[in-house]
Amino acid sequence: MKIAVCVKQVPDTWAEKRLRESDRRLDRESADGVLNELDEYAVEEALRLVEAHGGEVTIVSMGPERAAESVRKALSMGADAAIHVSDDGLAGSDALATSLVLARALDGRDFDVVIFGSESTDARMSVVPAMVAERLGWAMLTFAQKVDVDGTTVAIERAGDGETVSVRASMPVVLSVVEKINEPRYPSFKGIMAAKKKPVESLDIASLGLDAAAVGASGAWSEVADFAARPAKAAGTVVTDEGDGGAQVASYLVEQKLI
Amino acid sequence: MDWTDDGEHADLRSGVRQICADFDGAYWRGLEPDAYPEAFIAALTRAGYLGALIPTEYGGGGASLTEASIILEEIAASGGNPSACHAQMYIMGTLLRHGSAEHKQRYLPAIAEGSLRLQAFGVTEPGAGSETTRISTRAERTPDGWIVNGQKIWTSRAMYSDLMLLLARTTPYDECAKPTEGLSVFLFDMRDAPGLTIKPIRTMMNHNTTEVFFDDVRLPHDALIGEEGRGFRYILDGMNAERILIASECIGDGRFLLERAVAYASGREVFGRAIGANQGVQFPLARAYAALRAADLVRFDAAARYDRGEACAAEANMAKLLASEASWAAANAALDTHGGFGFAVEYDIERKFRETRLYQVAPVNNNLILAYLGQHVLGLPKSY
Repeated sequence: MKIAVCVKQVPDTWAEKRLRESDRRLDRESADGVLNELDEYAVEEALRLVEAHGGEVTIVSMGPERAAESVRKALSMGADAAIHVSDDGLAGSDALATSLVLARALDGRDFDVVIFGSESTDARMSVVPAMVAERLGWAMLTFAQKVDVDGTTVAIERAGDGETVSVRASMPVVLSVVEKINEPRYPSFKGIMAAKKKPVESLDIASLGLDAAAVGASGAWSEVADFAARPAKAAGTVVTDEGDGGAQVASYLVEQKLI
Repeated sequence: MDWTDDGEHADLRSGVRQICADFDGAYWRGLEPDAYPEAFIAALTRAGYLGALIPTEYGGGGASLTEASIILEEIAASGGNPSACHAQMYIMGTLLRHGSAEHKQRYLPAIAEGSLRLQAFGVTEPGAGSETTRISTRAERTPDGWIVNGQKIWTSRAMYSDLMLLLARTTPYDECAKPTEGLSVFLFDMRDAPGLTIKPIRTMMNHNTTEVFFDDVRLPHDALIGEEGRGFRYILDGMNAERILIASECIGDGRFLLERAVAYASGREVFGRAIGANQGVQFPLARAYAALRAADLVRFDAAARYDRGEACAAEANMAKLLASEASWAAANAALDTHGGFGFAVEYDIERKFRETRLYQVAPVNNNLILAYLGQHVLGLPKSY
């Protein structure tokens, strides 16, 4: 089974992030870049699937030069090879452009399964996996909390609000996974050492045969027109319980139309 | 603060830090005074860090000493205490260098995967501290094997180890032409050694150290590592590696203490400004930083020499001396910077203060390092 895992380098989730005044994009220097946390679950699931069924795992990432660190991290967890798409012309790509690039990088390589984390911690849109599936013309199984492979059939338990849904599809298939699915392994010492020697294929807009106008800021369908700093937190309302605390909280919630 | 080396080891540092992030200050405080960090050790073992120095043909990581030193440095720098596990990394060196092919095949793969713990090294005795040749624990050869009698002290982690590497006299001191002769090294399974008694010693830091009593403990013939009578030389061979690794832990301790102190000094305001603006606070931190960076350079020099197979006793000793003094300077500066909060357990400063103090005394006293440098490097008359 050939599995691709699409990963993204994101600003450290816990860091204070900033937008740049000049182009209204993320100031990548303002925070360390880390492998998107949910993508670690995607890598882990891919590794478990090949451990159970055989095959190989390829990491696919679109991002600037320094995203190579996150690609290596995914390799150090145990993936076999990687494809890193990097090009200055990709800066400012929106979800549509990103899905175009990823789909082109994935297409024609005989992958049976492509796995994504269900969202990135920076953009949080959760749409790229479905867009990639649509562009490839493959089946899409989203928000998987359990994956089973039987021959060429992939069955998942899809996490929902209070219920789970069983969905299945035939390969090739695109999956997105949620954090309930597994516990990602730590990169091992041997894995870290081996990752330095694993093959990483470098691609850019030209080598993918893409139209430069279709990607990057020029190809984006959405644009950040303006932004403002988050307002400082206002002081909260303190309810002192003098026997009527519950009623006070309830009336506050009614005022806010929350109940 | 810039601590990193040339970036070549960034992935390794990041990998270790990822594990350490799941074992924060509350975890380490919760182990005090004497619980063993089982979950942390299990995570490190599963990820192959504790078998890093074992060659790949035995299932280990095939790491250089430089890489091993970075693993321990990062554990300490994250706020953890690597003393609970460093021995699993390097005690096996004696077995690797001097054990028979059969010994290595029997033990090293299991140590590499962590199913067998080799964490205990029985050398020091109540009557013989730094003067190792004066040990009196006796191993006598009999037709059925060896019979060991005596006592060891400061044998760390003996309660959490399966195997012990033991230095014992096989020829009495008075019958040897030189004091360094007549000592032999044994490797045995403590889980199957009737007559062996282990008693924990409470210390000021969580170090799981013990005293070990041997009362007619019978060991098989093949517990002997290498040749009978050459044990002192075998033990010395492993000391440079140990000193470089301990130096690295001190560098990590110093990083932790300085990073915490700088953050506190930058945020804590007294008399209308950050206390770090005061030279009385700032300069001790700056001085400790300079000392740590200098010690770090000697540590990397020593480790590189070791990895190239060159003599490195002077550099290994100097690294341990300088790093332990630098981390202690950082500990004092951090405690002073934090004021009363430095003594509050939840800040982890007092814990690191206690932990890093050990390394001026162990595994070799800094005075003995000075004596070594004076006599063997500078050519001065013997002082000890």
